[in-house]
Amino acid sequence: MESPCQEIHGGKTMNDTMKKNFHDALRKGVRRDGRALTQFRDIEIEYGVSSTSHGSARVKAGNAEIIAGVKIDVGAPYPDTPDEGSLMVSTEMLPLSHRKFEGGPPGIDSIEAARVVDRTIRESKAMDLKGLCIEQGEKIWFVAVDLMPVSYDGNMIDLGVIAAMAALQDARLPKLDEDGRPLLEELSDEKLPLNELPIAVTVFKYADQYLIDPSEVEERAYDARLTIGSLANGHLCSLQKGGEGPLTVEDIEHMFDLGVSTAQDLRKHFQ
Amino acid sequence: MTSELHIQERSIVVPGQVLATGLDYLPSKGTYRFNETIRANRLGLAQVDGKVLKTIPLAGRYLPQKGDLVVGRISDVLMSGWRVDLNTMYDAVLSLAEASNEYIKKGEDLTRYFAIEDYLVCKVTQVTSQNLVDVSVRGPGLRKLTGGMVFEVSSSKVPRIIGKRGSMVTMIKKGTDCDVMVGQNGVVWVSGEPKMQRLAFDTIKMIEEHSHHAGLTQQVKEFLEEVTGREVE
Repeated sequence: MESPCQEIHGGKTMNDTMKKNFHDALRKGVRRDGRALTQFRDIEIEYGVSSTSHGSARVKAGNAEIIAGVKIDVGAPYPDTPDEGSLMVSTEMLPLSHRKFEGGPPGIDSIEAARVVDRTIRESKAMDLKGLCIEQGEKIWFVAVDLMPVSYDGNMIDLGVIAAMAALQDARLPKLDEDGRPLLEELSDEKLPLNELPIAVTVFKYADQYLIDPSEVEERAYDARLTIGSLANGHLCSLQKGGEGPLTVEDIEHMFDLGVSTAQDLRKHFQ
Repeated sequence: MTSELHIQERSIVVPGQVLATGLDYLPSKGTYRFNETIRANRLGLAQVDGKVLKTIPLAGRYLPQKGDLVVGRISDVLMSGWRVDLNTMYDAVLSLAEASNEYIKKGEDLTRYFAIEDYLVCKVTQVTSQNLVDVSVRGPGLRKLTGGMVFEVSSSKVPRIIGKRGSMVTMIKKGTDCDVMVGQNGVVWVSGEPKMQRLAFDTIKMIEEHSHHAGLTQQVKEFLEEVTGREVE
């Protein structure tokens, strides 16, 4: 039985005695919402949720809900990559999505989530950046992905990658006028040059247990985590270690297996 | 002028609604006197207790009141005490004198007694007109809570979770072999064997959701008996 309400009192961390109680429960395979330790929440992807963006998607997993929006503009290429388009991912943790977030400059969680999602998509070579070049050294497509949790309930990175990829799949390039400037309101039928579907799965370690897709409360008690970005063929494309605890070689091997196999399951949710 | 009651017991009232006219009735929680009338100041169920009129809120944040037994969380360690988060809009202060029966020396490391993120059962000792709240952990049953898990319920559902003279919460304790502490502020602490702890959590959430049902005690009893497979008196 999945509990409907997981609103749990407290701050951003858990005290040691409650952490121990939490770890004891995991050792017996008991999670607060009744899932198995390596069970992802049921995922629901909705495409084209925003009419003002060039592509958008909403991802729901339990109480967590993230909206991704893509905006495409024409810009000048960076001097070191004159024939490549540009991709940028950013996140904003909205105060309305959880009480632990406040307005103001982005916090460390928000910056990390944006960078890891960006890395997973960029390093997977999922997007053919050369295909986003309009005129070498002069004009390129500039693709910006914005991620926003509408309801935050943990696992921002994994859900962020899913939302970002869904929004990129949904996106259409804008039409250009005679002078080559984009008509931001009018979309063409041309999709973005995507040729891979990278998925990130973060494996969390709690004492001697591994767990995936934690809720916000579960995130307060982990020792270490490793985000594993992988492709459909099982190749890795990004990694990110977090948390204060150390990881052994055996830990990492186990996490790789878990991360890659979970990613294969998640891939089935895409159109 | 004769006094007249305009509402029935347990009818739904809205803010400003006239509950009674005349000076024979007395305003209590959630009501106020306006000239010759008594009016509701929140959305809820009206309650008539002899000549005393009250409204029971249907929802809303907890408002601290003197004498309430609450579960609080230490949010800061101060120079001479602790700041306590009571899940309300005002922070409470636990002063050194109210923190322990031991003598706490000046300049001592206060985190030895309570550290940030510790939970405690405490009593509201004072609420000033400026909404400065004082709590105490000196008294029977008041203590630091170790282990277990903490979650929130709507504070207006707390009486239902506790039950008449604690009947509901006693049943949960017996049925799950867990320690359960329900604060008036809607913060609940349960501690026990992991599976049972979750059962207690699920049960309390069920009570919160079905709080308006009649025969809830029986329903909860059956639920606990079905899950644990043993009789709960």
